[in-house]
Amino acid sequence: MEKFSNFTGLVAPIDRANVDTDAIIPKQFLKSIKRTGFGPNLFDEWRYLDKGEPGMPCESRPLNQDFVLNQDRYLGASILLTKENFGCGSSREHAPWAIQDFGFRAIIAPSFADIFYNNCFKNGILPIVLDKSVVNDLFQKVKDTPGFNLSVDLEGQTIQLPGGESISFELDTYKKFCLQNGLDEIGQTLEMKEKIEGFETRHRQSNPWVFEELVL
Amino acid sequence: MAGKTLYDKLWDAHLVHADDNGNSLLYIDRQLVHEVTSPQAFEGLRMANRTPWRTSANLAVADHNIPTENRDQGIADPVSALQVETLVENCKSFDVPYIPMDDVRQGIVHVVGPEQGATLPGMTIVCGDSHTATHGALGALAFGIGTSEVEHVLATQCLIQKKSKNMLIKVDGQLQMGVTAKDLVLAIIKKIGTAGGTGHTIEFGGSMIESLSMEGRMTVCNMAIEAGARAGLIAVDDKTIEYVKGRPFSPKGELWTQAVQYWKALKSDEDAEFDSVIELDADSINPQITWGTSPEMGMDVGDAIPTSGKNGIDNALDYMGLSDGGSLSDYKLDKVFIGSCTNSRIEDLRAAAEVVKGNRVAENIKLAMVVPGSGEVKDQAEAEGLDRVFEDAGFEWREPGCSMCLAMNADRLEPGERCASTSNRNFEGRQGQGGRTHLVSPIMAAAAAIHGHFVDVREMLEAA
Ligand code: SF4
Repeated sequence: MEKFSNFTGLVAPIDRANVDTDAIIPKQFLKSIKRTGFGPNLFDEWRYLDKGEPGMPCESRPLNQDFVLNQDRYLGASILLTKENFGCGSSREHAPWAIQDFGFRAIIAPSFADIFYNNCFKNGILPIVLDKSVVNDLFQKVKDTPGFNLSVDLEGQTIQLPGGESISFELDTYKKFCLQNGLDEIGQTLEMKEKIEGFETRHRQSNPWVFEELVL
Repeated sequence: MAGKTLYDKLWDAHLVHADDNGNSLLYIDRQLVHEVTSPQAFEGLRMANRTPWRTSANLAVADHNIPTENRDQGIADPVSALQVETLVENCKSFDVPYIPMDDVRQGIVHVVGPEQGATLPGMTIVCGDSHTATHGALGALAFGIGTSEVEHVLATQCLIQKKSKNMLIKVDGQLQMGVTAKDLVLAIIKKIGTAGGTGHTIEFGGSMIESLSMEGRMTVCNMAIEAGARAGLIAVDDKTIEYVKGRPFSPKGELWTQAVQYWKALKSDEDAEFDSVIELDADSINPQITWGTSPEMGMDVGDAIPTSGKNGIDNALDYMGLSDGGSLSDYKLDKVFIGSCTNSRIEDLRAAAEVVKGNRVAENIKLAMVVPGSGEVKDQAEAEGLDRVFEDAGFEWREPGCSMCLAMNADRLEPGERCASTSNRNFEGRQGQGGRTHLVSPIMAAAAAIHGHFVDVREMLEAA
């Protein structure tokens, strides 16, 4: 995973609560056995007027011009602004893969669904939780100001508005650390190998039935 | 000091390490694996030159995109076929136990786990699938994870977790005739919302939950995720132990006795404190139908469709092709789907067959299908003659799998089609692009198939 560095980017608003992972990446694209290439199908059903299937070249598909991400003023956006409970529904990590592949690096919302929130960090995306009123305020600003940019400072846990105003956000220390250093969590966990083995030995002694071989 | 909740107990029993920031390393007893969320995880292992920590902790089965008919001819869609083949290959090369597609034990991963005894009380169970919450019905701490975490568990048998808060949903009273576990959980979600349980593990308790069958309990826990909670839990009691007994992977002999002794303690202490408690009276619950595009958009059968006004409601009504204020029974249905990890167990099929018996599927229904949750469920149903009841009425009787719950295989809604579905999600496009899903119980779905539109199943039951 790449290290997450501070950046300034264009903000695109999706003014909807409960955006689910089926909307973020429809199931037909889950058939891929790869981790990459999901960007063109991000929000597929909202973004295109026809029905998308895996393998279809997206450049020639009819666009839904009403959809935010298709509008000129939001082209190249790297920050997604949205409403409550973003990423609810299925656990598919294809959702953050698609978001990242599309070019988003941060998502701002009043709340996120748990699994999606965790999945973001494993893919170098920073989900930022802000108060509902602050989010509503940002929506208004984005609407009023073409080319509205925000600067994201991971170290300082703040976002800066064009006028210089700064808003801070909460973040778990370990998640921040992994994001900052682009760390492989598995490698980190395996450093505790002995501890895991120790636990496993005790666990096996007290709950041996857990360790029965599954012979099919 | 206050006592411990069931969640606290399961957590503590699997805690390998806790750091100062509240991040913990949790030992995972069982991982269930399916074809959609695992290929990239195995690929990750391969790239990093890693092997599974404990191969027998895993059990794999393909369910999401396998066909529900003509299975002997293989999978027609080459992309789906490749995904299933990839699972087979990965299981072979990493030595992970795999249930083949033509095996009677194949089925939806959340039906197969408990059925085979791979899901046991007291375990920590994960799967790259949000409905893993289902297994909490057996007193196991079970939750869905993403693909990176699937890889993490394969490689380390552990997960990095933050402990969630404890929520108790206490349901007392009795469900009326014609009201099922599905209606109960839909009513709960309607009450607390799809984010109501976010950050919590929900324990379902109270005399009503205790009186539910194991199938009913699984239906309730299955949809905990639809209330925003990663895990749902129900305390172990005699019913749980009776259910687990004699399953292929359940402990036997001396181990069984030892296990049962341990399992019996798997309940919240009397003086345990929950961060929030919600109480519900089962008697007041009516059959539920969702009218919108989120599981929280539900209503009692017979209620008027909500009036517009708020943004979310308008969007949903528009997508669902409904006018506000009207009656849902005025809208004709196109398809009926009885299946999914929420409602495809034997008890669900028995109840639906009871309603269907001696009736015919209405003319306007283009397809009414029953998809059993596993080959074992299918066999059992056939032994009881349920397949005949459904087929005589005009239902299609299919092979087990996820099927039209998420339409990754050939079973799906066409744009604009309206469906009564026993599954768990009514999101836009979930059952096929432009498809309109109404979530209901198996008996409500059966009654809707017969009438061609929604009816109050209680009227049919009373007439019978
Ligand atoms: S039946 Fe539906 S909800 Fe259940 S595992 Fe399959 S796709 Fe997911």
